Amino acid sequence: MSELLTLPAPGEDTERPAAPRREGLHILRMTAARLGTALLVLLCTATVAFFLVRLSGDPVKVLLPPDATADQEGVLRHSLGLDRPLLTQYLDYLWGIPRLDFGDSLFYNQPVRAVLADRIPATLLLAAGALVVTLVVALPAGTVAAMRRGRATDRTVMTGVLLGQSTPPFWIGILLILVFAVGLHALPASGYGTFAHLVLPAVTLAVYSVAVVARLLRSSLIDVLSADHIRTARAKGFGPVKVVLTHGLRNASLPVVTVVGLEVGSLLGGAILTEQVFSWPGVGQLTIEAISNRDFPLVQATVLLFAATFVVVNLLVDLSYSLLDPRVRTAR
Amino acid sequence: MTTISPNPAPAAAHAPAAPSHRTAALRTLLRNRLALAALAFLALVVICALFAPLIAPADPNAQNLLERLQPPAWQHGGSGAHLLGTDQLGRDLLSRVIYGTRVSLLVGTGAALLAGVIGTAAGLASGYFGGLPDRVLMRIADVQLAFPAILLALAVVGFLGSGLWYVILVLGVTGWVSYARVVRSEVLSLRSRDFITEARAIGVGDTTIMRRHLLPNVMAPLATIGTLHVAAAIVAEASLSYLGLGVPKETVTWGAMLADGQLYLGTSWWVAVFPGVALMLTSLAVNITGDALRDVADPKAYRR
Repeated sequence: MSELLTLPAPGEDTERPAAPRREGLHILRMTAARLGTALLVLLCTATVAFFLVRLSGDPVKVLLPPDATADQEGVLRHSLGLDRPLLTQYLDYLWGIPRLDFGDSLFYNQPVRAVLADRIPATLLLAAGALVVTLVVALPAGTVAAMRRGRATDRTVMTGVLLGQSTPPFWIGILLILVFAVGLHALPASGYGTFAHLVLPAVTLAVYSVAVVARLLRSSLIDVLSADHIRTARAKGFGPVKVVLTHGLRNASLPVVTVVGLEVGSLLGGAILTEQVFSWPGVGQLTIEAISNRDFPLVQATVLLFAATFVVVNLLVDLSYSLLDPRVRTAR
Repeated sequence: MTTISPNPAPAAAHAPAAPSHRTAALRTLLRNRLALAALAFLALVVICALFAPLIAPADPNAQNLLERLQPPAWQHGGSGAHLLGTDQLGRDLLSRVIYGTRVSLLVGTGAALLAGVIGTAAGLASGYFGGLPDRVLMRIADVQLAFPAILLALAVVGFLGSGLWYVILVLGVTGWVSYARVVRSEVLSLRSRDFITEARAIGVGDTTIMRRHLLPNVMAPLATIGTLHVAAAIVAEASLSYLGLGVPKETVTWGAMLADGQLYLGTSWWVAVFPGVALMLTSLAVNITGDALRDVADPKAYRR
């Protein structure tokens, strides 16, 4: 594995001929290089998280009442291990990560892993709900808009896209609460447990990604549909739907997939906000709590969790990128 | 993405669309009317920000507990003294919405400019030179993207003290990646094209190639990204303020007003709705302007 992780020398890969029999090897090498990058990203994130949270305030001061004496502060500091040298704390922390040992939460008095395990299902549920909404709405909307560009359908979709991209998730959430909870009494304004509780948060989180995916898919499809091979397919008598399905969507998916990978960061941010608006008991809400409680170990772990999610998604995006577009394989 | 022109000569990219010129112009006119409306609204926002003390009917921080949670003037129980009503501390909502433009505009433009400069430089270098600079820059980008900006913001605010400039700095420094990635991918597809190879062959320097041949070809996506980023930064600042992590409490921001207002949704919708509408309209207007910019800059999109 270790020699697979070695990167090719700079410049070596730029002029490599595209020999088909070497393609498999090349993909393998690229995958290995990407894995190495992913590990490096995680290590950097872990390090940045460790030092940043230590800049953001003294947890001992937050955990104790304001009139606590210096002695009491010292005792607590010692019992939390915060009086050890920074390097010891850092190495201890790094060594714990591969074993999924993130220490004990200062606020909950139990292992961080247990606190996280408690909250992850809620966030996964929210993300899954949002993903379903995104796919169900954005794929047809983007495709239809591209096929009927310039007409009323297209303009309607694009207006929706514009609105969706311009509206912050917490404002959408508040509007939905105002209409469906306060006004119509149809759905709960906050809480967790039933399908009805999921609807408003999932829609809130999905709005932005619906807009991004629909917009990109449309513009990408329009580009693809004006290409020569599409004209040829049309000339051969394929109907518009068949042309889009067989020739259009695969070629149009490349920029969409890339941007979806890039958008995972905003989606995670959106999840934090959405969970805050609806008091959704997930990792996002936990992160905000942990930050304001100065719960160092918990903040470090949630940051790592966010980073790991992002890294894994983008790893998949990169790999699918080279599968979708052979030109990328030879150009890099 | 969408902006690679089929003709490599940069000058040709600005040639007018000859066929169906009239319908295209008509459509652009219609679109431009929307853009004009957006620009007019933005002008209003800018005027509000610049002359807030002259325009606002009251001090945005003046509390009057006797007049708390008054509805807007047109509703039963409202009064002309507070056109948009008052919040939970009896502060005039219209004045607060007007003062809120200041933080939003400053953060939006400041962060986008900072991010644009960093991102364009990084993307050009990364895409043009490839190799080691590319790897290093893109790896920094990976780490940057994987790190939630909200947390970085809190750490910076906690360390340096809360304030407007730190929010701009954080959003600017965290926002460069999308510029860099788009510029890089455009440059990657441009650099093997004949006009670049030829320029290099006749001995044109790297800096000149980047400035004269690559930069003009990435301006269209840059303008769009830049404008969209202004909107994104406005929304990001509002989000931070909504979470209570943004600018200090005594500064009036739409995000903090929304957080206050959400507590009173059941009885007093106006406290949350007016700052929310202001935020949405501003962000919408900036996005419409961005689209219009792209249509002008990119003839391929213009013809659509």
